[in-house]
Amino acid sequence: MAHCHGSVGLKNIPEGARKIVLVGNPNTGKSVFFNFFTGMYVDVSNYPGTTLEISHGHFGTDVIIDTPGVYGISSFNDEERIARDIILSADMAINIVDAVHLERDLFLTQQVIDTGVPVIVALNMVDEAQRQGLSIDVDLLSDLLGVPVVPTVAVQKKGLNELKERLATAKTGRMTQGLEPLINRLINRVGSRGEALLVLEGDPAVAGRHGLEPENHREDIYLKRREQVNDVVKHVLQESSQGASLGSLLGRWMIKPVTGIPILALALYAMYLVIGVFIAGTVVGVTEETIMLEKYEPAVRGLIGQFISEESALGTILIGEFGVFTMTATYILGLLMPLVIGFYLFLSLFEDSGYLPRIATLVDRLLTGVGLNGRGVIPLILGFGCVTMATITTRLLASDRERKIAVLLLGLTIPCSAQMGVIAGMLAAIGGQYVALYALIIFLVLVVIGTVLNTLLPGKPTDLLIDLPPLRLPRLDNVIKKTSTKSYHFLKEAFPLFALGALIISVFQVTGILEYLQNMLAPLTVGWLKLPKEASTAFIMGIVRRDFGAAGLADLTMAPIQIVAALITITLFVPCIASILILFKERSKSEAAMIWASSWVVAFLIGGIVSQLYSAFGGDSGSRGALWVILSFLGMTLATITACHLARRNKTQESHVGG
Amino acid sequence: MTLDRVKRGQLLKIMSIPDKQIRAQAIRFGIAEGELVNCEEVVPAGPVVIRKNNQLLALGRGLARQISVQCME
Repeated sequence: MAHCHGSVGLKNIPEGARKIVLVGNPNTGKSVFFNFFTGMYVDVSNYPGTTLEISHGHFGTDVIIDTPGVYGISSFNDEERIARDIILSADMAINIVDAVHLERDLFLTQQVIDTGVPVIVALNMVDEAQRQGLSIDVDLLSDLLGVPVVPTVAVQKKGLNELKERLATAKTGRMTQGLEPLINRLINRVGSRGEALLVLEGDPAVAGRHGLEPENHREDIYLKRREQVNDVVKHVLQESSQGASLGSLLGRWMIKPVTGIPILALALYAMYLVIGVFIAGTVVGVTEETIMLEKYEPAVRGLIGQFISEESALGTILIGEFGVFTMTATYILGLLMPLVIGFYLFLSLFEDSGYLPRIATLVDRLLTGVGLNGRGVIPLILGFGCVTMATITTRLLASDRERKIAVLLLGLTIPCSAQMGVIAGMLAAIGGQYVALYALIIFLVLVVIGTVLNTLLPGKPTDLLIDLPPLRLPRLDNVIKKTSTKSYHFLKEAFPLFALGALIISVFQVTGILEYLQNMLAPLTVGWLKLPKEASTAFIMGIVRRDFGAAGLADLTMAPIQIVAALITITLFVPCIASILILFKERSKSEAAMIWASSWVVAFLIGGIVSQLYSAFGGDSGSRGALWVILSFLGMTLATITACHLARRNKTQESHVGG
Repeated sequence: MTLDRVKRGQLLKIMSIPDKQIRAQAIRFGIAEGELVNCEEVVPAGPVVIRKNNQLLALGRGLARQISVQCME
């Protein structure tokens, strides 16, 4: 039996405990079930060999294990591989099915049934199905699948107790037709139905474990399973057709550029009002200024200062300007936490309502130009919140090539919200054409870097293939749950990195390396960027925190063009120390080092070109100089894109000739 | 004809999906070779959205170019 796989690599699972696994497609509300069964005491651990986290908790003497949301189990990505291994080792599966999305969800249900594990189905969101005019014959569904089906509305706790009471009735369901003989041929060899199924479906990893070659039946089995599922759906589902509902009409508008772009602009504007104005202004004003800087920091300085002098080396590290107890705590709790919560709140709203995959569809074309696909929009948007948080989300991108491009774009060109606050303040003071100059140049740099990477890196961008679930009003409790889980995980992951970053900088400060760097940078700042000498201090501060860098510039007296050049440089400059540390964790050491080094080069190169061009075009005559700089950059961008386009065409032609 | 050439509202029959991985993923969503689907939306130069019953699927332009379809009207 499947028990031979033991603890599926998760810690703290007692010997002999029954393993109950929660399985479902993405966004079916699995986490609500998980919390209902396990309560507060939950273990979260990194799944071995991946960066994904898997939660498990106790339910009586049994263990409940959550799995990532997947459409099927195989080896298409990390999520599926993990779900596959957990399901193969399970004693029982609770399958959460979205009643609104029966056709899609039952494929996974049938696949889990085919693994031979006892299953109970929770038919979730039945209230919403009803509202959409879908009526589902639950008893018939249960008969056809051969497993118990319990209708639920998880967010309202409806049906959950019944599900709990009926857990023991979970049983092995009706297999996909024609599968039995195939599985029986292999079962003695591999020991369990589930493993046999995956070998038949050509899963290389499972076949490898048994020293077998993966077999070639995936497509036959998938087609038969799909046919069986369609048949089940045809029998149990009745639709009272109601024409184009507002939801489907709106869903269509979101994808068409003519209406989709204004809708997206509106959504982003709402996001800006909530996060950029309310959270970054009002909330952070209280959390960072009033609570952390005015109350907390003096208190912790006083407390620790009793034992260690603030001027000593250890004192500097603990409670100095960049101290672990002072700056790290203030930064994370006072500034980052409110912003991160705000960004995850919007992400959860977009995700839960079904808007997110539609944004991905709308912007897909733009992002394929820079080597990403529509999915890449998620880390790019989050980057405006916190680059560290966004870098973590690049995990959801399909290929390593896309992750590489996304982290580089994030590290170089996307200013995080902390920095944006300071930048926006400085730009607002000097007027419209300079704002345009700044925004356009940063955007063009993003386009050029993305296009060049897309040309130079081997391979092609992965094509978008994305499920567009029906639009719905987001469920508040779902959204809150998602936001808090994501924010908590992020802060837990980032805290040690920020602390380590602060430690490194304090050591630099104590040893005088920081001052040395500042002096070294001065000629470059004055001669090439045409900025005051003190600006180099701001850049060095930018290594620590991006907003420190920008804030350092705010104190200097500069001409408008100097401000723009300085802000462009600081935006393109190295990501903050926590982002860099997360880069070292997520990517290879050489890649992270390369990103860090190249952002020095790119930042000073572009900033310098802006300054030099401006003075070459006659300098102080205001808007004319700015216009010329913009035109030059547009020209350079077009030239690069054309060159890349030609290079790509040559490459494909060569490969055609060669092949 | 390939899927990137279709117009909104057309009823289509999926003739072939060359890539094995994509074919398997499409079957999961109920879109297999031989199935009839509706073209729900075409984003200019961008993805093509197809519908099979209640399942909507967006396919990037590059992918649509590889899928051959037959127009049923």
